[in-house]
Amino acid sequence: MITLTDYLILGAILFAIAVMGLFINRKNLVVLLMCVELMLLAVNINFVAFSRYLENRTGQIFVFFVLTVAAAESAIGLALLVVVFRHRRSINVQDLDQLKG
Amino acid sequence: MMMGLVVTIVLLPLAAAVLTGLAGRAIGRRLTQALTIGAVGLSWVLSLLLLEQVIGGARLDRILYTWMVSGGVRFPIGFLIDPLSALMISVVTFVSFAVHVYSIGYMRDDPGEIRFFSYISLFTFAMLLLVTANNFLQLFIGWEGVGLVSYLLIGFWFEKPSASAAALKAFLVNRVGDCGFVLGIALLLHETGSLNYSALFAQAPTLVGQTLRLGFGLHLPVLDLIGILLFVGAMAKSAQIPLHVWLPDSMEGPTPISALIHAATMVTAGIFMVARLSPFYVEAPGALSVILVIGSLSALFMGLLGIVATDIKRVIAYSTLSQLGYMTAALGASAFAAGIFHLVTHAFFKALLFLAAGSVILGMHHEQDMRKMGGLRRYMPITYATFLIGSLALVAFPGFSGYFSKDALIEAVGHSRIPGAGTAYLLLVLSVFVTALYTFRMFFMVFHGEERMDAKTREHLHESPWVVTLPLVLLAIPSLGVGWILFHPLLGGGYWGGGLANVAGNPALAPFRKESAWQFFLGAFTSPTFYLMLAGIGVAAYGYLLRPRWPAAVADRLASVYRILLAGYGFDRLYLWFGTRVSPGMGRFLWRHGDEQAIDGLAVNGTAHGVGRIGSWVRRMQTGLLYQYAFTLVAALVVLVFWALVRSPGGILG
Repeated sequence: MITLTDYLILGAILFAIAVMGLFINRKNLVVLLMCVELMLLAVNINFVAFSRYLENRTGQIFVFFVLTVAAAESAIGLALLVVVFRHRRSINVQDLDQLKG
Repeated sequence: MMMGLVVTIVLLPLAAAVLTGLAGRAIGRRLTQALTIGAVGLSWVLSLLLLEQVIGGARLDRILYTWMVSGGVRFPIGFLIDPLSALMISVVTFVSFAVHVYSIGYMRDDPGEIRFFSYISLFTFAMLLLVTANNFLQLFIGWEGVGLVSYLLIGFWFEKPSASAAALKAFLVNRVGDCGFVLGIALLLHETGSLNYSALFAQAPTLVGQTLRLGFGLHLPVLDLIGILLFVGAMAKSAQIPLHVWLPDSMEGPTPISALIHAATMVTAGIFMVARLSPFYVEAPGALSVILVIGSLSALFMGLLGIVATDIKRVIAYSTLSQLGYMTAALGASAFAAGIFHLVTHAFFKALLFLAAGSVILGMHHEQDMRKMGGLRRYMPITYATFLIGSLALVAFPGFSGYFSKDALIEAVGHSRIPGAGTAYLLLVLSVFVTALYTFRMFFMVFHGEERMDAKTREHLHESPWVVTLPLVLLAIPSLGVGWILFHPLLGGGYWGGGLANVAGNPALAPFRKESAWQFFLGAFTSPTFYLMLAGIGVAAYGYLLRPRWPAAVADRLASVYRILLAGYGFDRLYLWFGTRVSPGMGRFLWRHGDEQAIDGLAVNGTAHGVGRIGSWVRRMQTGLLYQYAFTLVAALVVLVFWALVRSPGGILG
């Protein structure tokens, strides 16, 4: 029997993978975007699991919102990425330090 | 009715001053003279009317209007008419009138004549405003007004460097006094919440024994502190040690000014102020002691300077300092009535002496050195006679007005129970001898002995015109007689009617309550002061009539004392040293170390540098690398969540 705890552990593992991806990845901006997506998905798993556990649909409806926002976000993110690449000829994360004080 | 009278008296001279000051050139010198003399003369006549009403029992203490309201404090313009102010108005307007008339002759052919008349009318206005005020603000306006006109008139011949330097000196010394005066008024406002005299008098008894905490464990009695601060202002205005240095130099001004401002009226403003505040000062015995000591010291030591001065006006100036010291001592002995009595008689005979000296100076073609005079009695008989009357009044010869006021004053100080009265009495008695010595030294040097002027001056030597001698005669009459008339009403307390504090129950004035002027006159011949005075005249006669070489021999014998006296005890050198060495040195120190290093270096630029340094350190955190920001974010989140868990009730730790 798969319990709520199992779902939460899965969400936590996915989230941890995404966070580590954010920190460890120094090369590719696309991977960074994917990590963010993964984080959102981890959250979605939690939403669905709790929705089922509490017998409340609100969580599932919220998942749709999150997915929509995630889609929009990745669209904007990829567009920015293209612009950055055109501008700097690179999507290497380590090179993007123009905000340095 | 009475209010209208007072306002007219005060504003007439102002109107004349403004009119002649602004349009003097257009209306000409004749009309200028007529306008100013008319205004002051009318003020004098009206003041006699006012005096009569006051003797009849009329009083006035009313606010005319409120000038402004600021921070809950009202600044009113109002008038207080009681025996004291009525007497002062009469004296001021009379002396001012005499000086106005005299100035027609003295200032003839001076290019600044119109300006001069405008100034002295303005002065009369300021002085009247000062004496009629019923609150401190108005007193202060008049106070500064007379100070300003005094500055303008000392520097009247401003093309002379010494005159403008003297004017500046008078102004600066008075600023020192004003500093104390303003602090006193501020403290008073702080303690009583009102600027009106009546509020102060009502609250003074409740302030007895209260102290002001100044920090550093310093607790000062409020009343004494206020009294001394206000007296610092009086010290500058009435030229008491150590703020007296401006008065001898003020003789650079035209002689009528010396008579009006620096002898008869303005310098008595400080005396008047203390007498005006007498109901308050009797509650502050500490302040009275200070006043008593300062006054008696001034009386003796300034008189001594008169013995060595050779400029005729300077001798009279030092005598003014000494006489002001007498008045101050009387105030300090809480014999306010005696002080004011001497103020009145002194106003007459000192104005007379100055104007007579001016007449001499006119005759000598503006020569003021007494060593170049002598034997003038043959050429200027009226001046001679009036000068003699003034001198006898000054040395307190029995029967002359100065005798009644000064001997009564000395006796009152002797009877006083204020701490310090014993020493003060001794100093005052000694200075009777000094007064007689310097006065008759001057008198003999100018009018008797050999004629030491050059031949050209002697040829032109003649009596002054009537506009000059008339005021002399006008002033000689009160110098002779006013003591007889005023002695009993003023010292017996009948005139004051409760207007001046401590007249009725004062041990200092007790002996005079029953005494008539005649009895007091007869008492002269048994008092030691009479014989001291005769001794002074005798020494002067010996040294300057019989043995003209003797004074120089004495000066040689006592060379060091003589030098100290000539240098005026070194006050000028001290202040010069302080002003040109110590004060700039302190200024430089504060500039270099205080301003440039502490304020600019540490406070202003230091803050900027500090912020910059912190910023340059902090900005190293701003790497611009996304993954570091993300790490910081998550790490901070972890820390915060952990913190919340630890701190919350029922959290993992508690």
